Amino acid sequence: MRRIGSAALVVAAPVVVAALLAGMLAAAILAVVGADPLATLRDALVYGARPATLIAVVNKAIPYYLAGIAAAIGFHLRLFNIGIDGQYRLAAFAAAVVGASVALPAPLQLALVIAVALVVGWGWAAIAGLLYVRRGVNVVISTIMLNAVATGLIAYLLAPERLGGLEPGSNNVTTAPIPQSGWIPTIATPAGGLNGLLVLAALIGIAYWLVLNRTTLGFEVRAMGLSERAATVAGIRAPRLALLTMAASGAIAGLVGLPQLLGASHRFGLDFPAGLGFTGLSVAILGRNHPVGVAIGALAWAFLERSAQVLDLAGISREVVTILQAVIVLSILVAYEIVRRVRVRQARRFVARAVEGAPA
Amino acid sequence: MHVRRLRPAPALAILVVLPLLSLLLAACGGPVSSPMATLASAPETASPSVQATVRPVTKVAVAYDISGRGDGGFNDIAYNGVRQAAVELGVEVREVTARLDDTDDDRAERLRLLADAGFEAIIGVGFTYAGPMQTIAAEFPDVRFAIVDDGTVVAPNVQGILFAEQEGSFLVGAAAGLTTSTNVVGFIGAVQLPLLEKFEAGYTAGVRATNPTAEVQVTYLSQPPDYSGFGDPPHGREAALGMYDNGVDVIFAAAGGSGSGVHEAAAQTGNWSIGVDADEYRLAPEAVRGSILTSMLKNANVGTYRFVRSVADGTFRSGNQTFGLANEGVGYATSGGFVDGIRDRLDALAADIVAGRIVVPDAP
Repeated sequence: MRRIGSAALVVAAPVVVAALLAGMLAAAILAVVGADPLATLRDALVYGARPATLIAVVNKAIPYYLAGIAAAIGFHLRLFNIGIDGQYRLAAFAAAVVGASVALPAPLQLALVIAVALVVGWGWAAIAGLLYVRRGVNVVISTIMLNAVATGLIAYLLAPERLGGLEPGSNNVTTAPIPQSGWIPTIATPAGGLNGLLVLAALIGIAYWLVLNRTTLGFEVRAMGLSERAATVAGIRAPRLALLTMAASGAIAGLVGLPQLLGASHRFGLDFPAGLGFTGLSVAILGRNHPVGVAIGALAWAFLERSAQVLDLAGISREVVTILQAVIVLSILVAYEIVRRVRVRQARRFVARAVEGAPA
Repeated sequence: MHVRRLRPAPALAILVVLPLLSLLLAACGGPVSSPMATLASAPETASPSVQATVRPVTKVAVAYDISGRGDGGFNDIAYNGVRQAAVELGVEVREVTARLDDTDDDRAERLRLLADAGFEAIIGVGFTYAGPMQTIAAEFPDVRFAIVDDGTVVAPNVQGILFAEQEGSFLVGAAAGLTTSTNVVGFIGAVQLPLLEKFEAGYTAGVRATNPTAEVQVTYLSQPPDYSGFGDPPHGREAALGMYDNGVDVIFAAAGGSGSGVHEAAAQTGNWSIGVDADEYRLAPEAVRGSILTSMLKNANVGTYRFVRSVADGTFRSGNQTFGLANEGVGYATSGGFVDGIRDRLDALAADIVAGRIVVPDAP
């Protein structure tokens, strides 16, 4: 009986607590801004559950997932790679330029574009890694600065007189389009097309898990994350590991823009989505750096973003929608922490009783 | 070594929470009178005929780019035209706004939701809606669309609303050229976009036309995708103070909300500034009004007003409508009376542009 009770607590409690917290806070916020909380939340959920929306949610989650994995890699060594944003934008820009300037058969063209994105993201993050390892520059600071440098570099190169182009009547500067051999095919479903890079994202997730749990390198990373001193004493070289981790994070970050580039826009322009890197940080935290957790976090985030469109339509201002999203995410984290503490207390009581019961 | 297990539990909770919430709400919610009701019952596909029949317009929507309404500038002006038409016609207006990490698909969905919910006239503000509007216009042939600041969408139910910003900028450039006493004038753009480079090109040409020896200093507050330059008055102020220190005595602030910082700097140093989009003399605090020489007017309201009226009375025409000096789409402001002495010169230049005797460049 006790075992069943505690199992139910483990599985159901965080869910129930999070549901109550999120529901009450969201309803309170909606009531404060003068909307009908129940009707509004229901609209968002009904809309979010439509098949076409779900397909869109999965497509939206792919870049979030890649950014989340990139962030999670750094988190293992407490390296906050704030630079994912700059890394993916620069990587996507370079991939767009290279992809548009050559025309190879389909598999080679795709492989080339993806490789360029990987290498550019890797290299850009490695700068921050080197600065950290050789000069002790805080990664947060250096990656924020490198974001600004990437923004400036792209703005300089993406000009009509350099690598960009301006169609007549348009105000959008873009690179030349990538030829069709460099487009990623969509996976057809009855409700709409899934972005083909879903497969790549899944492979990245599996590779991330394998490297972390089945290789010496992964073991070193986990050991270092648990206790830097112990790991160093055990002979693990911290600087080398930090550099490797940072570069790997950047390489994955380089892929973040590809679903949009290869699956939708086929060119890099002023309207290329920005800010995905910061979502990645939140998604990694939500998913506790676990490949499946990050996937669920990415899907949940995409779901919230997409259903927010209905709230906007219902006349609830965008700022309120952003607050709602943050509140829902926070309440999930809080609920998880509450349940964890309850479980710790239970375990202590159990141990205490066992100790009391044991012969002295 | 004991390694802490990684838990996906909190994220898992989200996926369970959301459906649970929906059940909860479905159980206790009353009858719904919200967009979803219309959304659910809307026909999947609209009839394919595109005829010039007059259909009563009941709902009009405006979709903004990321800066949204309340920018004290362009988006607000575009909205004013819609509101004016809506008040006259007695119709509802709904506004939605984009997010920074929006993809084309997100923007398309925003337009699709509006069309699905029964909005008959939908306006997208900004070039980022071009691709999405091309897609959605084909899905909803009975809905009339307009896109502001883009002329690339080609569909029988889409109108491009374009402005000859370079023409209005030419006139305020001419005013700057005639007013400067240091022979150095400045241009501060919000974000270095082709759209704002049209302002720069027109301004520079205007300065040259009235004062060929004057120097024009140019700076932009940010580079895309950093759009902070549109809403960063302190940054505008610093940039302007730098220019005034450099001997500049007139600055054209084509900088959206950051312009208020430029006007402050002008008032503080006793120099001139020039506003943009709206007649900023009327919007500015009393203390800085005295230094706003004039403003380049971009009457987005004219374009959006005419679009809504045309849909309502059946005179909608697809294709691009360009609003310049000739049809009151752009101009210069005279509030404050600081340009009264040179109005004859400016109006003569305006007449030359309208007559085609002066062709203003639209790129620097």
